[in-house]
Amino acid sequence: MATYDFVFNGLGLREWCDQDAEPRPMSMADLLARGSGGDSDTSWATSLWELPFPSLDTLNQACPAIARSRDLTRGLEESFLNIKDPLKVVLDPVTQPLSWALESALHLFTATPWWVMLPLMLALVWVASRSWALMGFVGSALAFLLFVDHYTFAMQTMSIIFVCAFLCVLFGVPIGIAMSRSDTMQRLTIPVLDMLQTLPTFVYLIPLIFLFSVTEPKLYGIAIILYAIVPVIRLTDLGIRLVDKDVIEAAEAFGMTRHQKLVRVQIPLALPNIMAGVNQTIMMSLAMVVIASLVSAPGLGVLVLRGIRNLELGVGLMAGLGIVLLAVILDRVTKAALARVNAAASVPRH
Amino acid sequence: MSQNASISIRNLYKIFGTHPLKALDHVRAGMGKSELMSEHRHVLGLRDINVDMRAGEITVIMGLSGSGKSTLIRHVNRLIEPTAGEILVNGENILVFGEARLRELRRTQMSMVFQHFALLPHETVLDNAGMARSVRGEDRSAYEKDALNWLERVGLGNQGGQYPHQLSGGMQQRVGIARALTSNAPIMLMDEAFSALDPLIRTDMQDLLLELQQELQKTIVFISHDLDEALKLADHLVILKDGIVVQQGEPQEILLSPNDPYIVDFISDINRARVLRVRSIMDVAPDHTPQTAGTVDADATLESVIALSEGDTTLSYEVHRNGAPVGYLNMQKLVRALVPTQAAKNGMRNSTRSPSD
Ligand SMILES: Nc1ncnc2c1ncn2[C@@H]1O[C@H](COP(=O)(O)OP(=O)(O)O)[C@@H](O)[C@H]1O
Ligand SMILES: [Mg+2]
Repeated sequence: MATYDFVFNGLGLREWCDQDAEPRPMSMADLLARGSGGDSDTSWATSLWELPFPSLDTLNQACPAIARSRDLTRGLEESFLNIKDPLKVVLDPVTQPLSWALESALHLFTATPWWVMLPLMLALVWVASRSWALMGFVGSALAFLLFVDHYTFAMQTMSIIFVCAFLCVLFGVPIGIAMSRSDTMQRLTIPVLDMLQTLPTFVYLIPLIFLFSVTEPKLYGIAIILYAIVPVIRLTDLGIRLVDKDVIEAAEAFGMTRHQKLVRVQIPLALPNIMAGVNQTIMMSLAMVVIASLVSAPGLGVLVLRGIRNLELGVGLMAGLGIVLLAVILDRVTKAALARVNAAASVPRH
Repeated sequence: MSQNASISIRNLYKIFGTHPLKALDHVRAGMGKSELMSEHRHVLGLRDINVDMRAGEITVIMGLSGSGKSTLIRHVNRLIEPTAGEILVNGENILVFGEARLRELRRTQMSMVFQHFALLPHETVLDNAGMARSVRGEDRSAYEKDALNWLERVGLGNQGGQYPHQLSGGMQQRVGIARALTSNAPIMLMDEAFSALDPLIRTDMQDLLLELQQELQKTIVFISHDLDEALKLADHLVILKDGIVVQQGEPQEILLSPNDPYIVDFISDINRARVLRVRSIMDVAPDHTPQTAGTVDADATLESVIALSEGDTTLSYEVHRNGAPVGYLNMQKLVRALVPTQAAKNGMRNSTRSPSD
C-alpha cells in the first residue's frame, strides 16, 4: 500500500492508473531499499512523521501511470540524443574552423624552435607593456620552463589560450556592443551569461562530449570559449554604457552617425573596460584549459591529470608551477597593456 | 563668412514623464510645475516658450539651475524632442526633418560648446578642433589649416599635438570653442560654456567671445546662470523661471524696468554703474538744451561717466554716437538710475526671496 493511494482512489483515477501496469525498471527508492537490505513493506507505514513528499517516485508507488524521476532523466537523455544528429549537421561544419585553428596554432607554437619563439614572445611583451622589468620576468620564466623540459607543454597550453581568447574577443565585443545598445538584448543576454558563469564546467562538458568526438580539438575549444567569453561581453556592455554622457551628447550635436559614434567615441572610451574584460577572459581560458585536459586538450593540464591519476606528486606539482608561471605572465602583460590604455585615456573627472 | 541664420521658437512645451501628452492638457489648463509633479508625477520642463533669436546676435538664456535652460537649448538641435510647439531655423520647421536632414542640419548649421567641454579624450587637440569637419567626412588635410587657425585665434597655437587632459580647464574650453568655430556653422549653441571656469579665466573667455563675435557675427545662443555674464554678452536676454519665460528683451531694458519680483531679486545685487549704458538713460530731447561739460559715447558705461565727472552731480554731457550727437545725459538722472528699482526698495525682494542654488 502506498501513501497517496487515497488521492487517486478519491479522484476516481484508479483505473487510469492501473490500465497498463506492467513491470517496470526499479525506481530509485526500490534500488536504495534493496541496497540497504531494508524491509520495504514497513517503510510505507503512514505515520505523519514519515509522510513522504508527493514526489514522482512516491506517486508512482500509488499510481503506476505516473512517471518516475528516473524516467525524467531518461527522457532528457533521449530527447537530447534525438536532436543530437540534426544539431550535429549544423554545428559540425560551423565549428570545424575552430578545430583547424586550434590544430594549426598547436602546430605553429610547438614546431617553431624555441630560439625563434622566445624573442618573438619577448617582443610581444615589449609592444604590450614597454617595460624592461616585465620582459626580464617573462624571459626568465620561459627559460625556466625550457630548462625543466616543460616548455612544449606550456606552448601547447599557450596556443590554445591564444586561439580561444582571440575568438572570445572576436565574438564577445560585438555581443557586448549589441547589449549596450538595447535594453531588451541586455535583459535576454544576462541570464545566459549568468548561467555560463555559474554552471560547473563539467556540466557543459557532458552534452559537448555527446555532440563531438573526444578526439576533436573543437570540443575543448568550445568549452573554453563558452566559459571564458563572459567577462569580455559583460565589460564591453558596461564600458559602453558608462561612456561619459557629455561626450556622447557632443558626438550627437555634431551630427555623428551611429557608426561614427561607435568607432570614434564609444569603443575608444570604453577601451579600458574592454581591456579589463580581455584580461579576465584570458585568465579564465587558462583555468579552463587545465580542466579541458579531461577531454583531450594537450598541455600542462595533461601533466596535472597524470599527477592525479598515477599519484605522481612531483609531476603534478611541477606542472602546477608551470601553470602559475603562465598565469602570472598572461596577467601581468595584459594588465600592463591595460595600464597603458588607461594612461592614454585618462580624463580628469569634473 | 558663412551666412547667418535665425531661430524662432513657437509655443514650445516640454514635459518629462511617461505620458507627456496627457500631462500637457493639465499644463495648458494652467497647472504649475510643482502641482504637476505632486499630482501627476511629471516634470514640467518648458511651458509655452516663444523666443526669436535674431541672426548675428547673442541671445542669452538666463535662470537659476533647474529652470529649464539646458532643456531649451537642446531643443534647438533636437537633442531633446519637444512635447508640443515649433522650432524654426531660417523659417523652416526642423521638427519635420527626418534623420538624415537633421544630421545635415547639425553638421552644417550648428555647433555646440558644453559646460564640461566634452572633448574626445583620446584624440589630440587638433583632431578635436577639427571634429565637426571630420564627422562630415572631410580629410584632415581639408580642415587642418582651419583648425590650426582657430586654435591660434583662441590662444592655443602650440598645443595642437597635445591631449585634452594635458590642458587646464580654461584651455580645454578654448578647444571647445575652436571646435565650434572650425565647423563654420552659422549657429553656435553654448550651454553654460564658461560656468565651470575660474572667475578670471571666465572674464577672459567672455572677452574672447565678444571679440570673435564682432568679426564673425554668428547666431549665438548662450546659457548662463550668472547675471553679470548675461548682461555683458547679451544682445537679447531671456529670463527663465520654472520653465517659463518671465521676461525677455534688451538687457538694459530689463534692468531699468523689471516686470517680475523674481527679476528684481536677480538684478538687485549687480553693479548697475558698470552694466548700464549712457544710451539707456539719456534724454533724447530735453525741455531745454543744457549747459554741457563735454561729450560721452552712447555705449559708455555709467561708471566711466562718473569717473569722467569726478562725482560732480551738477553736470550734463552731450551724448554722441559715431561722432553725431544723439541726446543729453544729466548726472542727477544718472545717479537716480543707480538705485535699484523702486520695487526692490519697497521690500518686494525680501518677501519673494526664491531659493537660490
Ligand atoms: N530627462 C529628464 N527627465 C526628467 N526630468 C528632467 C530631465 N531633464 C531635465 N529634467 C528636469 O527639467 C528641469 C529643467 O532642467 P534643466 O533644463 O537641466 O535645467 P537648467 O539647465 O536650467 O539647470 C529640471 O527640473 C530637471 O529636473
Ligand atoms: Mg543646465
